[in-house]
Amino acid sequence: MAEGIRDKVVILGMGCTRFGERWDAGSDDLLIEALTEALQDAGIEKKDIQAAWLGIHIDEINIGKGATYASGALHTPFIPFTRVDNFCASGTEAFRGATYAVASGACEIALAIGVEKLKDTGYGGLPDSPAFGQEAVMIGPNATAPGMFAQLATAYAAKHKIPMDKLKEAITHVSWKSHQNGAKNPRAHLRRAVTKEQIMGAPMVAYPLGLFDCCGVSDGSAAAVVCTPEVFKKLKPNEPMVKVKALQISVSSGEEAMFTRWDGAGIITTQTASRKAYQEAGIKDPRKEISMMEVHDCFSITELVTMEDLGISPPGKAPEDILNGFFDLDGQIPCQPDGGLKCFGHPIGASGIRMIYEIYNQLLGRWPEDRAVKNPKFGLTHNLGGVPTQNVCSVAIFGID
Amino acid sequence: MVGIGSFGGYVPRYRLNRMIIFGSMGWLNPVIITNARGEKAVANFDEDSITMAVAAGMDCLRGVDRQGIDAVYFATTTAPYRERQNANIVAGALGARDEIRSADFTGSLKSGTSALLSALEFVDCNGGKAVVCAADCRLGKMASTQEMVFGDAGAAVMVSDSEVIAEYKGSFSVSHDFVDHLRGANTKYDRMWEERWIRDVGYQQFIPQAVQGLCAKYGMSPADFDRIIYPCYYGGARKNINKALQVEQEKVQDDMLATVGDSGSAHPLLMLAAALETAKPGEKILLVSYGSGCDALWFEVTENITKMQDGRGVSRWLARRADLDNYQKYLVWRGMAPAETGIRGETDKETRWSLVWREHKAILGLWGSKCRKCGTQQYPPQRICINPDCQALDEMDPVYLADKGGTVFTYTGDMLAASVNPPAIYGNVNFNGGGRTLMDFTDCTVEDLSVGMPVEFSFRIKFYDPKRDITNYFWKAVPAVGEVK
Repeated sequence: MAEGIRDKVVILGMGCTRFGERWDAGSDDLLIEALTEALQDAGIEKKDIQAAWLGIHIDEINIGKGATYASGALHTPFIPFTRVDNFCASGTEAFRGATYAVASGACEIALAIGVEKLKDTGYGGLPDSPAFGQEAVMIGPNATAPGMFAQLATAYAAKHKIPMDKLKEAITHVSWKSHQNGAKNPRAHLRRAVTKEQIMGAPMVAYPLGLFDCCGVSDGSAAAVVCTPEVFKKLKPNEPMVKVKALQISVSSGEEAMFTRWDGAGIITTQTASRKAYQEAGIKDPRKEISMMEVHDCFSITELVTMEDLGISPPGKAPEDILNGFFDLDGQIPCQPDGGLKCFGHPIGASGIRMIYEIYNQLLGRWPEDRAVKNPKFGLTHNLGGVPTQNVCSVAIFGID
Repeated sequence: MVGIGSFGGYVPRYRLNRMIIFGSMGWLNPVIITNARGEKAVANFDEDSITMAVAAGMDCLRGVDRQGIDAVYFATTTAPYRERQNANIVAGALGARDEIRSADFTGSLKSGTSALLSALEFVDCNGGKAVVCAADCRLGKMASTQEMVFGDAGAAVMVSDSEVIAEYKGSFSVSHDFVDHLRGANTKYDRMWEERWIRDVGYQQFIPQAVQGLCAKYGMSPADFDRIIYPCYYGGARKNINKALQVEQEKVQDDMLATVGDSGSAHPLLMLAAALETAKPGEKILLVSYGSGCDALWFEVTENITKMQDGRGVSRWLARRADLDNYQKYLVWRGMAPAETGIRGETDKETRWSLVWREHKAILGLWGSKCRKCGTQQYPPQRICINPDCQALDEMDPVYLADKGGTVFTYTGDMLAASVNPPAIYGNVNFNGGGRTLMDFTDCTVEDLSVGMPVEFSFRIKFYDPKRDITNYFWKAVPAVGEVK
């Protein structure tokens, strides 16, 4: 059994831009903004970074392939800079690259940076692309992300024999809660609290998901500088350390799309990655031990099923937990304390690192009272890419020593 | 004995009441009121002559082993391709072998019966089975008589050398360069010459000429036939033709003008399919087509007919209907008016022909694979078995899934996806017999669907590439006939 990376890597500093419709900023501006904050927080200079990973998904209509756009914009001094793409989990994939480099001993200080400039695409929602290959163009459905995730709702309602209006009530609470949290966050894209009536009454995007069941499409960038515990102690003696306790990725086997065993009402990769992550982090009962979560709420229904897939809510009980306020900011496990993808926004390549940014700052107790999670010990991030039948899931756990 | 082995029909789900056309366009051409009776069948936005021909072919080939098909002929005047054999697309969708004869019959509205005659002669010479699929999707300009009269439909006939349900007894043809209707190679809409001339010199002369020619050839009289089938959308002319032939009204097959409209190349075969639904052993059927001349064919129904009177044909499609209550929708679906479908509607999707060829079985015929080791059926065809407990490599047999049907596993209706019939409905379907795939749904609303409900598969236009004039086809799920109210 591999020993994993628990406690081998520490976050030295992080940065995150304001997410939103950044009409005045290009990808270069966003990258510079995130990196500048991260370096400042880390207390190091650009030349101290030994290797870098760039997370970005929509390449051709954004900054192209490879990482030369980023290295050129940031003027990194001829260090390795690698672009990684794994759909919406690209940010966490970049973080994994940097983390593995440090954990392996290949580097002492590494950078993970994610960016996405979606508001130059001309689309509301994500742009059309042959994301699943050319064969899928010929045989796949005329689909969009909301429609793909909306199907979780029809399958979930059928499996648990829950009427669709009851399920809609639960997912409405999911979005309502995230709007409450996002409203308090100056860097969030959508900063207005909304009523449940507004959410319920919004135009349908993909049955049963309405406009407020879908996350924001934003520009933004986030960066993390990671290092070994030894380097951290040297650079920041006597400061609390946010350590990577676990980082697990699971990718679909094709079974969900073609075999008839999957129930369609949850995400197998989330179930797989979270169990491995709990084991790596030494967590026995996540419902009791996890203090807070930033999960991939691309759509409200995704967050609902994720609560069960992560083993926090028992099967079929997520709607109950949600409606009981279990995941509200003042609940037992606050979920999306920063507003989540829903309100903080979703510049794809940056999102995974943005989640870590929130957990990191919460663990360090840096946020004002009104949006601080009380006495957090373990924070979990869940970054999901692709569609329910074909996806990439990362689950990372962070703790403070 | 050579004759008809099976038959099938297809009428698209949407019906446009002709008064809606008149209500929208009567201001421009008030005389169209004279044709404003009943309704016409309108192809869905994802249907054309090829897809309707396939639908009729699937209806016709229910229970027929596709390996036994030796020829596939496609008849239409509205083929999407001028070069690329349209019949091969139809044959691929029907699951026919590669070692068959195929041909497109086109250029006149009698191309459906010309294809049938060729199929009869093919089987007479070679034995075996030949399938004729005909469909048309003709357009008249807004406010034209053609727009009122034309309807969209498909029909199919399988010719066989054994177990025939109607024996082929003989034929007689006339061919004329009689230009009543005309479309040039680059023309979208039908043009016609004066209607009185078409009626009096066209229908009223040529149809009796063909019938009398056949009767003279075989020593018959029109009165000897139990059913007479011919297309002619002029009610007055039909009366005159019946009078000229001295046949009783009740022996003349209904022309379905009030329910379908004139479906061009397919129409004589569509009427034949409707006739065979209720034909009795021993009946003599006279089938006549019209367009640049006429073909007249004589069939005699056998005892086998009862075996094929199992719901195939036209009636069940006529019963499966939905109002197209909106003339503008009709214009958009038929490409007669540009509609904004947003930036997603502008996506450039290129067709990669080498890929299409490599995957042509999976694309055209919905062929999947079935594992010899564990029996798991899967789509698209896999080399490594999808069953996690098996994972055998290269142990697959091909399996034709297009006629298997399945059940809804998940679904949604998507307002964000570009579509001229929003919402775009799609979901996961479990194939009967195993395997699952994500596919578009059509001919339904989100409200019609529920998890677990049975679906059938229908060959449809997948997408059209306007830049390169390429129509791509694939299968969609439709609620099993009888499910949609």
